Amino acid sequence: MGVEGIGARVARKEDKRFLMGQGRYTDDMSVPGMRYAAFVRSPHAHAKIKSIDTSAAEDMPGVVAVLNGKQMLDDGIGNLICGWMIHSKDGSPMKMGAWRPIAHETVRYVGDAVAVVVADTLGEARDAAEAVVVDYDVLPAVTSAVKALEAGQPQLHPEAPGNLIYDWQIGDADATDAAIAAAAHVTEMTIVNNRLAPNPMEPRAALGIYDSAEDHYTCYTTSQNPHVARLVMSAFYNVAPENKLRVIAPDVGGGFGSKIFIYPEEIVCLWASKRSGVPVKWTSDRTEAFLTDAHGRDHVSTVKMAFDANNRITALKVDTIANFGAYMSLFSSSVPTYLYATLLSGQYNIPAIHANVRAVYTNTATVDAYRGAGRPEATYLVERTVETAARELGVSPAELRRSNFIRSFPHQTPVIMNYDAGDYEASLEAAMKAADWNGFPARKAEAANRGMKRGIGMSCYIEACGIAPSAAVGSLGAGVGLWESAEVRVNAVGTIEVLTGSHSHGQGHETTFAQLVAERFGVPIDSVSIVHGDTDKVQMGMGTYGSRSGAVGMSAIVKALDKVEAKAKKIAAHLMEADESDIVIENGALKVAGTDKTVPWFQMALAAYTAHNLPAGMEPGLKEGAFYDPANFTFPAGCYIAEVEVDPETGKTKIIQFVAADDFGNIINPMIVEGQVHGGIAQGIGQAMLEGVHYDPETGQLLTASYMDYTMPRADDLPSFNVSHQNTPCPNNPLGIKGCGEAGAIGSPPALINAITDAIGNNDLSMPATPQKVWAAARAAAN
Amino acid sequence: MAKVAMTVNGRKVSKECEDRTLLVHFIRDNLSLTGTHIGCDTSQCGACVVHMDGKAVKSCSILAAQAAGSEILTIEGLAANGELHPVQAAFKAHHGLQCGFCTPGMVMTAIDMINRHGAELDEKTVRDNLEGNICRCTGYHNIVKAILAAAQEMGAAGRQAAE
Repeated sequence: MGVEGIGARVARKEDKRFLMGQGRYTDDMSVPGMRYAAFVRSPHAHAKIKSIDTSAAEDMPGVVAVLNGKQMLDDGIGNLICGWMIHSKDGSPMKMGAWRPIAHETVRYVGDAVAVVVADTLGEARDAAEAVVVDYDVLPAVTSAVKALEAGQPQLHPEAPGNLIYDWQIGDADATDAAIAAAAHVTEMTIVNNRLAPNPMEPRAALGIYDSAEDHYTCYTTSQNPHVARLVMSAFYNVAPENKLRVIAPDVGGGFGSKIFIYPEEIVCLWASKRSGVPVKWTSDRTEAFLTDAHGRDHVSTVKMAFDANNRITALKVDTIANFGAYMSLFSSSVPTYLYATLLSGQYNIPAIHANVRAVYTNTATVDAYRGAGRPEATYLVERTVETAARELGVSPAELRRSNFIRSFPHQTPVIMNYDAGDYEASLEAAMKAADWNGFPARKAEAANRGMKRGIGMSCYIEACGIAPSAAVGSLGAGVGLWESAEVRVNAVGTIEVLTGSHSHGQGHETTFAQLVAERFGVPIDSVSIVHGDTDKVQMGMGTYGSRSGAVGMSAIVKALDKVEAKAKKIAAHLMEADESDIVIENGALKVAGTDKTVPWFQMALAAYTAHNLPAGMEPGLKEGAFYDPANFTFPAGCYIAEVEVDPETGKTKIIQFVAADDFGNIINPMIVEGQVHGGIAQGIGQAMLEGVHYDPETGQLLTASYMDYTMPRADDLPSFNVSHQNTPCPNNPLGIKGCGEAGAIGSPPALINAITDAIGNNDLSMPATPQKVWAAARAAAN
Repeated sequence: MAKVAMTVNGRKVSKECEDRTLLVHFIRDNLSLTGTHIGCDTSQCGACVVHMDGKAVKSCSILAAQAAGSEILTIEGLAANGELHPVQAAFKAHHGLQCGFCTPGMVMTAIDMINRHGAELDEKTVRDNLEGNICRCTGYHNIVKAILAAAQEMGAAGRQAAE
């Protein structure tokens, strides 16, 4: 390892511009003639639009245009779609209702767009939006997915009778039922996974620029995957053909999944730019973000976990109802199916598993992937159930887990996944040691002397990252491939540009990807630039989500580097009159092994471009591309331990320590990986103790629509974290990387809740564990 | 419309703006200093923190007209000749930023905090004083480390200067 190569804690190259206020986010973009968009949004959760009167708004100062959904339909702009086909257990395809970018007949959630105003200033656009008069015929609304399935409830889409999108299953129901019937012990629970708002700090934004002379569109947008945005807007929404549409995702201020999806607003900005003849920029305010960004989680599940007389898990049966909101967001259908139920085996050897999942429409915002996407829901369900089982069986939670761990690899679970490598015991031991697990009884006794209730809880998570190979996900219903692309351009002076289809919105790709190149060629990372986020620069890519940039994106770079290295060696061998197989690359030079013959890297690059003296038949230049399609998912895993202290007088929970022991395989930059874990844990603690989206069940009004109402984790809510890494390299990609982006959010909620329930002696506690809930549960346990 | 004049990052500026213009919009839209960010509508997130006459303020919570005649320092005014301010440098050294969106407000808040507490800052005080700044990426762990390290460095530098 060099000081800048693989494994080095290199400070980030991108930091300086962010620290100096020189980051360039979508809302920072300004072009000549640009105007501002403000949306008129439905104040009702469910209503028919009787009429829209825009005449007063059109006469307001500065107004350029007031546009509606009927005009959009007439211009041929298509419906928003969900790109992953799921079939119900009866073989029928999922029931997708129509989602118009601007509603013209029916609104289905508070925040549904009904018109857009384009005006000279943002203030004028908002003033005019308030002057648009919409006459609604208000309909009854339903916000709970459980309730929406009941008879007599409001119906959202004619395509989906009973609001049921699909009724899907996985695993062997008969074997599972038989094992439960024969079990020595069955632990049963009802598990609610609370609905969350992702809340990247940069609100979504879009700037649509139509060039009438070229009949060409440019879209600056807050996207985690600009190429997917271009593909979808071109192929499905009929905004423009791909060669006439450039999508740029510049600096993006966090995503956490919510910026994967293609939303109505970017489509509207492009369309409105053509229609009104001016560039149109829209920036979400925070309340609009709460109303319209895709939410995460929102599952209600029942679970049965069966044990034999030796406390070995024999079966797991799960029934889940997943709230999808008013429309099917881009990848919503995959989240509670292939990203959730396939992970229900956890770290355990479970012979029989069956899961049934029903996806349901409600009058709420859309629900789609949020950091972890299905895997946090699976982990929370499995790890709370295992913990509860340990308490019921009277055995140590660590021992119960240990005795059920999968220990030989590869391991085929009953729910599709084939785990390739892992050492769950190593992470468990590392976490228990770091947390001084054995010293807990003394700490608990000391706390009890002060009238405080101490608890300790663990969670052993597994996740699946780098979803692939493309043919496999295609066979499961994905509408896209999940490969990644890379292009490595060596300039004539030896500096290097790496073009990647991955997109960085906080992950530090400009640094880690450059480290990879520095390691390979021994060149300084300052001579390596990473180019991403622009469909005019990078040909195609699938973007960044699901912890895929390392395992998939960097593997594509490795493939391109292999090709560059092969050609560079040929050139160097020719220049030094040596055999190509004798050439080694060290410290920025190509050398003939065992001799003092050497050609500096830049000289080889120059030779490639002067082309005065290349091997016979070789093309000039040094530029190579690659597409990489992984052979399998990767399987990061680890053990998290939380220790808490509950004040029984107030129900307030204090986190005493939080320990994370993760196995991410090989690591490029430990500093960045630790940062990813810290952030994930904070979001997991947020879910466990603070956060929750609430709708009024009668009116469908969003009650948590600002930071005054929705509790974001703040610095004084959190402790510092104790993070360590174990390493079983992934055998299925060239770098042995597994992925680290989501683990923190996956592993932490059950650890926290297991700790709090341990402290108060009551397993019946739901997230977020607010002081009021904890106080009530503690009192219920005491009485 | 009103004509509003103030000093921003050491430079005198004067711009026409609507009476209702918030200081943050004045800075971003009228002065094109886009390093100061807007992350919420309720003065909760702190992405817009600047210094007004030497003290941290949320620039979304005051009108531009209220800032007339004052000295404003934004994130763009911190680095001198391309050299990062010690707090900026500490954020980089300790990986106190990821997506960078909350970062300008965090740095401006941190400097104000260090100005008030000096090298005596401890973790609890830092966390309490960050109550008004939300970060979704870092879990605050490395932000806290960076601020404590910068407080030490600036405190030491201050003592050296005094000696």
